[in-house]
Amino acid sequence: MRRVAGMVVLGLALGGLALAQSSLLINGAGATFPYPIYSKWFDEYHKTNGAQINYQSVGSGAGIKQVTEGNVDFGASDGPMNDEQIKAYRSKNGSGILHFPTVLGAVVPTYNIPGVSVTLNFTPEALSGIFLGRISKWNDPAITGANKGVSLPGNDIVVIHRSDGSGTTYIWTDYLSKVSGDWKDKVSKGTSVSWPVGLGGKGNEGVTGLIKQTPNSIGYVELIYAAQNKILYGTVKNAAGSFVKADLASVTEAAASAVKTMPDDFRVSITNAPGKNAYPISSFTWLLIPEKFKDSAKRDALKGFLKWAITDGQNNVENLSYAKLPKEVVDKELKAIGKVQ
Amino acid sequence: MATSTINVPNAGPVSGSRSFLAKLRNGDEIARVVTFLFAATVVLIVVLLVYQLWAGSALPRHKFGLSFFISKVWDPIGEEFGALPFIYGTVVTSAVALILAVPLGIGAAIFLAELAPQKISDPLQFFIDLLAAVPSVIYGVLGVFIVIPLMRVWIAPALKATLGFLPLFQGPAYGVGFLTAGIVLAIMIVPYIISVSREVLLSVPRDQREAALALGATRWESTWKVVVPFARTGIMGSIFLALARALGETMAVTMVIGNTPSISASLLAPGYSIAAVIANEFTEATTETYTQAFIELGLVLFLLTFILNGLARLLMMLTASRGSGTGRA
Repeated sequence: MRRVAGMVVLGLALGGLALAQSSLLINGAGATFPYPIYSKWFDEYHKTNGAQINYQSVGSGAGIKQVTEGNVDFGASDGPMNDEQIKAYRSKNGSGILHFPTVLGAVVPTYNIPGVSVTLNFTPEALSGIFLGRISKWNDPAITGANKGVSLPGNDIVVIHRSDGSGTTYIWTDYLSKVSGDWKDKVSKGTSVSWPVGLGGKGNEGVTGLIKQTPNSIGYVELIYAAQNKILYGTVKNAAGSFVKADLASVTEAAASAVKTMPDDFRVSITNAPGKNAYPISSFTWLLIPEKFKDSAKRDALKGFLKWAITDGQNNVENLSYAKLPKEVVDKELKAIGKVQ
Repeated sequence: MATSTINVPNAGPVSGSRSFLAKLRNGDEIARVVTFLFAATVVLIVVLLVYQLWAGSALPRHKFGLSFFISKVWDPIGEEFGALPFIYGTVVTSAVALILAVPLGIGAAIFLAELAPQKISDPLQFFIDLLAAVPSVIYGVLGVFIVIPLMRVWIAPALKATLGFLPLFQGPAYGVGFLTAGIVLAIMIVPYIISVSREVLLSVPRDQREAALALGATRWESTWKVVVPFARTGIMGSIFLALARALGETMAVTMVIGNTPSISASLLAPGYSIAAVIANEFTEATTETYTQAFIELGLVLFLLTFILNGLARLLMMLTASRGSGTGRA
């Protein structure tokens, strides 16, 4: 009896093993921001193609590390790899790594001022002054000047930022570095920076929680998070001089207006984009695909996925509140996919 | 006369030093060897842990040396790392937690062990054990939704109105900060102190209590002057346990401490702790020095725990009185 049971178990195990090996399994890791749309895409692609793509949303930094070490087949990041990281990848793996933008995201300023329930307008000077700690009261002229008709109290501003390393912080600090020379010198941009002032909250939830609890506070969260949780957020003055509220259209326009100066490797920051209605604090999120693949089945599956994602896949992104890639960027990318060998 | 020599064979070694292999046949020896291996494994794990912490933090150790312990700067972009704000935050929040939790915990333990009837004591103990089992993230959520508003609206203004002249309670009250983290930690560690202290108090022999009562002590005097000192060692053990949990607590602290690497005399100011910064920034650390700085912080926390435990044991040894149970540390 026991012999028979043992054989059955062995048979099932071997069968399971055989089944697992029959479909192609590709592993990726990286940014948390695009995780919802990536899981939806991988699921849809698996139904039509059969390749199983497994994604771990461990964070952009971890994603870059994992793909450099070769533990995963591709990575994903909210911030492009810098030259050092690309060199490290090349020296470890012998060939380069390519960046492919997949969707767009944006970061919005949110606030909690007792008595104020309207949308406030923020200029780049106001935002950088507040986050540098130079502007300390809500009724400072830099803020009231853009918000005529709103009575702002003379209370101290409490700044809230992210305590964990994040792509959202990278986009926010990248924007501030572009609009404020002081910010660039004192703080610069990164997923974690040395904030001059403010309290830290963990994750978008932590920042939102702190803002809700703390009167007279201001912070920054992802657009999708703000939209889904119906959080009050302000407009930002863009490079063309108009106050733009972040939404899917203004974010896509930011990418479209930046395409003329886009480098071929797509490693570009599109904050403070020139378009008339472009939202200035927008960004791509990228898939990091190695230039050379040893496994041709994996390579073809990934290339197929990428082609699908930037064309047909873009039809479901807006349901999840991501902004789609503009046509010009898609065309450029389709050409670049050929570089993956 | 013929002398006969009798060859007396060499007496073998005295029993107790039979050969190892022969002794193994005896179950006792096997038990001794196996349990020794278990104990040695634990020691080995600790040694390996310390070795890994040391080896994995080579870059920042060479770059910063001892200035890592006294530098206040934490700049991931400029790659300047200093542990002082985190050490300060860890020590301050644990100190506040102990100051709040120890009297509360020992008082409750004394009540449960000595003064309460059995019918109350057992159900209460059940609830206390439940409290100890709650995951720390729940305490963090409790902290965010209950303690922070309480602190901002009631506790901080009250403290500032009465004790505002002290540098401990100055500055704006955001709701988050060292005091809030200390309060949340105190709530978390109280069950440990109560459980262990209660057990130790219950195990004090009846003769001690009866002797005190026979000499004319009141109920309270016999409890406070005889029973509790007798159980001192165990009670201090429970405090070490609580301290260890407070030093290493991560999620609950990061949700209520404000996550600002700064040192401030005021308990109402936001701060940071070692465990909180590791939890927040480790996974996104971009450069090798940055990543290894966290490993060095882990080493610092290990050292801190070691030193605090050592100091506490020294304190116990120095104040060992004749009346206490074993008198040993």
